[in-house]
Amino acid sequence: MTLDSRIPEGQLGEKWTKYKSSVPLVNPANKRNLEIIVVGTGLAGASAAASLAEMGYKVKAFCFQDSPRRAHSIAAQGGINAAKNYQNDGDSVYRLFYDTIKGGDYRAREANVHRLAEVSAAIIDQCVAQGVPFAREYGGTLSNRSFGGTQVQRTFYAAGQTGQQLLLGAYSALERQVGLGNVKMYSRHEMLEVVKIDGKARGIIARDLISGNLERHFGHAVLLCTGGYGNVFYLSTNAMGSNVTAAWKAHKSGAYFGNPCFTQIHPTCIPVSGHYQSKLTLMSESLRNDGRIWVPKQKDDNRQPNDIPEDERDYYLERRYPAFGNLVPRDVASRAAKERCDAGYGVGPSKMAVYLDFRSNLMNKYGRAEANKMGIENPDDETLIRLGKEVVKEKYGNLFDMYKQITDEDPYEVPMRIYPAVHYTMGGLWVDYDLMTTVPGLYALGEANFSDHGANRLGASALMQGLADGYFVIPYTIGSYLSKEIGTKSIPTDHDEFVAAENRCADYINRLMGINGKQSVESFHRRLGLIMWNKCGMARNENGLKEAIEEIRSLRDEFWKDVRVPGKKDAFNPELEKAGRVADFLELGELMCLDALQRNESCGGHFREEYQTEEGEAMRDDNNYKYVAAWEMGQNNNWTLHKEDLVYENIKIAQRSYK
Amino acid sequence: MENEMKIKLKVWRQENEKAQGKFEEYDVNTNPDMSFLEMFDVLNEQLITEGKDPVAFDHDCREGICGMCSMVIDGRPHGPKGGITTCQLHMRSFNNGDTISVEPWRANSFPVIKDLSVNRSSFDRIIAAGGFVSVNTGNAVDANSILIPKETADKAFEAATCIGCGACVSACKNASAMLFVGAKVTQLALLPQGQAEREARVVAMVNQMDAEGFGACSNTGACAAECPKEIPLSVIATLNREYMKAKMNGK
Ligand code: SF4
Ligand code: FES
Repeated sequence: MTLDSRIPEGQLGEKWTKYKSSVPLVNPANKRNLEIIVVGTGLAGASAAASLAEMGYKVKAFCFQDSPRRAHSIAAQGGINAAKNYQNDGDSVYRLFYDTIKGGDYRAREANVHRLAEVSAAIIDQCVAQGVPFAREYGGTLSNRSFGGTQVQRTFYAAGQTGQQLLLGAYSALERQVGLGNVKMYSRHEMLEVVKIDGKARGIIARDLISGNLERHFGHAVLLCTGGYGNVFYLSTNAMGSNVTAAWKAHKSGAYFGNPCFTQIHPTCIPVSGHYQSKLTLMSESLRNDGRIWVPKQKDDNRQPNDIPEDERDYYLERRYPAFGNLVPRDVASRAAKERCDAGYGVGPSKMAVYLDFRSNLMNKYGRAEANKMGIENPDDETLIRLGKEVVKEKYGNLFDMYKQITDEDPYEVPMRIYPAVHYTMGGLWVDYDLMTTVPGLYALGEANFSDHGANRLGASALMQGLADGYFVIPYTIGSYLSKEIGTKSIPTDHDEFVAAENRCADYINRLMGINGKQSVESFHRRLGLIMWNKCGMARNENGLKEAIEEIRSLRDEFWKDVRVPGKKDAFNPELEKAGRVADFLELGELMCLDALQRNESCGGHFREEYQTEEGEAMRDDNNYKYVAAWEMGQNNNWTLHKEDLVYENIKIAQRSYK
Repeated sequence: MENEMKIKLKVWRQENEKAQGKFEEYDVNTNPDMSFLEMFDVLNEQLITEGKDPVAFDHDCREGICGMCSMVIDGRPHGPKGGITTCQLHMRSFNNGDTISVEPWRANSFPVIKDLSVNRSSFDRIIAAGGFVSVNTGNAVDANSILIPKETADKAFEAATCIGCGACVSACKNASAMLFVGAKVTQLALLPQGQAEREARVVAMVNQMDAEGFGACSNTGACAAECPKEIPLSVIATLNREYMKAKMNGK
């Protein structure tokens, strides 16, 4: 099969407008007869389910959590980008587009990213209309802040809880449709298979996690909005339940997987504290607006951070990247932290951490500004700290509290200790311009697809993409498919394909439960995570990746021989849920390594040690690797690589520089 | 190991909604930096190796935002410390040798699914009844054409930080959901966007709350004291006021 991204003809800035005005429509009477399944209820899923139901489609929505409001989008902290130019600082759709392509290290599709930038402003309008309480200025207008990889202030936020507020907005829109009877909600349900009939996606098999029953659900189209797969690393900032299962089952049913090795390691997370650690906690990138990152100039400096004088500190980001300083993109900041720690300058008990220090901005920026406002002349340090603290508290209070809760240290007094951790996956199901996968009628939205962030996502762009896909893209693009399906009657779920798919799921569960080995699911997950982190993490090389592939294969064999899944299959059984997810991670991990191995270049979050400049910067190879790697799964974990060449007609690709 | 802590856990075990439950005792070795839920991971690992059934408990984000975790610890929802969720509680809040009892949320409107997991879909139904602004996608005006004084926006935000965990219900001897409902009603009553449906909303949400079997409020304040997001008791006063006004206007 050849990959067709189906990008509309025409000038970049006109493609989406033209597409919208020429895409076939489905009339209201027909919409009522068309059923759509939405799996996942985070920003992408909830916004899609609500919008499609408002349009008149019959929607069924599924989530594995006990309520759609708990999807992991809820945990996003910092903000959401939009090209509103409310700050009059030169922002525009083109600039947001350009920053996103450049930030992604020239590995994303121009047309998709431009569309994203175009709809970004409407997202903010929609959310405000729903009652999302964004931060505001005294005059009542919306407030903005900066994020990494940009030089304008285009990020909208609600303290350090932007994801929560946006998700609750989308969730309330979704629940409104549930109340109106337009959406049927299935919480505590997990999708286990995509049902295909005559090559098209026609439904899913889902397991009711409370009763353990397998259920068949028909849909004229199926939307996967199931998030990313960062938990393949075991330790990540993802929620414990975040998984690849829905996307992976789709992959097994013929959907290609795009750029699986593109993983985002976020620079500012609370470091690992012990072997029992179950997850890592992010400290929002927005903190880099006001926090300065440093390590001591001297190796193994055991002094308390506040005792180390200014001239003995190495503000290495400001030193290496004077133009962007602490606001370089995430991949650059993460690698720089790793470089310092590997060279022996790390701090804290594990020596695998750097400082994120608020003291100077707290005093000099905020403290002084407040003192000026109040007319206090020559304020002493204590006054400055007190005044600055209040401002910082308002901006980041919940993050500071969270940090203190976990580490028992007060970041108002001592610098935070941070280290990079797995946070987001740019890779995902390959989709065309319509967000359709290679399986007709099967779509992927939000983090679950590969589409907009190239090899590195900029901060505050995930929320933007999730909501863009759900509120403003899929409502149009799905028409191009469903307008041809108006003659298709609902297919009864006693159809052979439904029966066969359910049987496959039942067999699979029986197999898992029947192994009855000795080791827990968790222990396998941990071991897989370690392999991935060490050999397919922040830095990768040929040998390591080859070893990792062997190790993953043998770990997978061991899993299928010796895992122990306690409990019953026809009852609430969290261990069984976990076992299914880890089994999928054990396959995905291999594909990620294969993908990293074939990409003989460094770009964005994918850093191959063999390909770097003398200064240690990533070295892209545009002649040979300017493509999307789209993997097709064959029998027995054999994959075939397809390539979608990326064409840059509007942006001149260049070495990314933040110096 | 340095800092090791030995804890005796008394955990509520209940096979399913219909089954009789009872406490079981377990010994766990932990340390002060471990989170309370990580201690349960350790316990479950232990149980699985011994061939026993692990304890089912709800959790997801493990950073205090999703609202999924829900344990009554020594009689207090989310444990002995104020302003945090169970997943944010660390063992340093306990002492070596402590015995700790752990139960699920207790409320008829939150039936037990298994062990410490409960069903909170009644909360979703309350939101579905009216906890929204009816604005279809695409209907919005430019965001800055709605000016909202910072103070009002901040207050609305404060109410909007509710994570829907249900600790308030669990803490209340009447299993009242007034704090949860009051938080949403307050957020939307404060904002200009919420005005059109202001009266219909409060009545619909309260009716649904009653239909779900949540109890009445007797102003004890246990809910706000246990709320991990410190939603203030004043949202209940707002809720009452909004409800009275709507009723007086014949809603
Ligand atoms: S009001 Fe507080 S305790 Fe009640 S559901 Fe909301 S966050 Fe939880
Ligand atoms: S697990 Fe999400 S709030 Fe505790």
